[in-house]
Amino acid sequence: MRDSARPTDEAVSSIGPVVGKRMIESDAFVQALEDIGFDFFTGVPDLLLAGIVETLLTRRLYTPAVREDEAAALASGAYLGGKVPAVLMSNAGLGTCLNTLLSLHQLYRHPCLLIVAWRGFEGRDAPEHRTMGQAMTSLLDTVRIPHRTLSETTALEDFSWVAKTFMQERVPVALLLKPGVVRGLQP
Amino acid sequence: MRPEEGTIQSRARAIQALLELIPGDAPVIICNGFPSRETFKLGDRPTYFYMVGSMGMAAAIGLGLALAKPDKKVIVLDGDGNVLMGLGTLGTVGALKPKNFIHVVLDNEVYGSSGNQPSYARVVKLDQVAKAAGYAQVERVREREDLVYEFKDMLSKEGPGFLLVKVSEQAEDVGWVPLDPPQITQRFKQALA
Repeated sequence: MRDSARPTDEAVSSIGPVVGKRMIESDAFVQALEDIGFDFFTGVPDLLLAGIVETLLTRRLYTPAVREDEAAALASGAYLGGKVPAVLMSNAGLGTCLNTLLSLHQLYRHPCLLIVAWRGFEGRDAPEHRTMGQAMTSLLDTVRIPHRTLSETTALEDFSWVAKTFMQERVPVALLLKPGVVRGLQP
Repeated sequence: MRPEEGTIQSRARAIQALLELIPGDAPVIICNGFPSRETFKLGDRPTYFYMVGSMGMAAAIGLGLALAKPDKKVIVLDGDGNVLMGLGTLGTVGALKPKNFIHVVLDNEVYGSSGNQPSYARVVKLDQVAKAAGYAQVERVREREDLVYEFKDMLSKEGPGFLLVKVSEQAEDVGWVPLDPPQITQRFKQALA
């Protein structure tokens, strides 16, 4: 997804073989993101993201951050240096980095993909995730962060949406990961 | 504890000394508040990124840039309030050890852009924190000639470098940075490409 390039169905086809299966393998997930141009990955881990982080570490693509606002700012600096960044976090971390996303990324038009673990999904999780689990999508709407929830059956369209929105809007866009969609550790 | 006895320069004087030494093509990330506003007044360049919000994040932006552009010496002009807010980033820098990263902290021991409320930099030795975190070069300076000597030295050595510059609370009469943030992004990326 270089500035001159446009994502195509071909570019995201590596996610194709997994469509329709029960769970997306983290390897296919990472490959699909690499295929559409993402080349800088940072974040703070979550149980739901464990498989993805492991794959990124194996591929030497991941720069760990200590807080989600730091991860977002690392992504911003990487974008200034010509990279196409993605940030992994739980939705708890979304709360932590909200001001950075609004007063840095949105304001300066620094796009980044937020890969957000949806903790507290439908209330079935530890109590600390309850409120954010319920409020996350309306919170994202309120602060005008485009978002989409990844599903096994629409993965191709989901990744095309990510590429298109990232390029056109030049703002943070969020891809939400419910439990059981990408293989990882389950809470 | 107040700033050390003896000569202490204003932040603007310190920034001026630094700007005279910063190579023309070096990207500079400048933290929000007076550091950005004073730098703009002293001499704007397209390679300067003026951060207006996201307090505490200047060093992380600079670190991300340093990782993306290993061939460029990245300089961050930061403040003590910003460093204290994003203190974890000292650990990230110390762990990743980017050789092309210089972190200059203009330390006046107050939140100067919001009315000079005291900061914990009066008590917490940020240079010692940076050293413990793993920065390769750490110096603490007060006078102009020491600042010039140590900054030149850091420019010539492998980083990450941390230069703590004790400055006075004095602020220049400066307005907002009159650039649109997307314009700052665009010209910065162009200048670096």
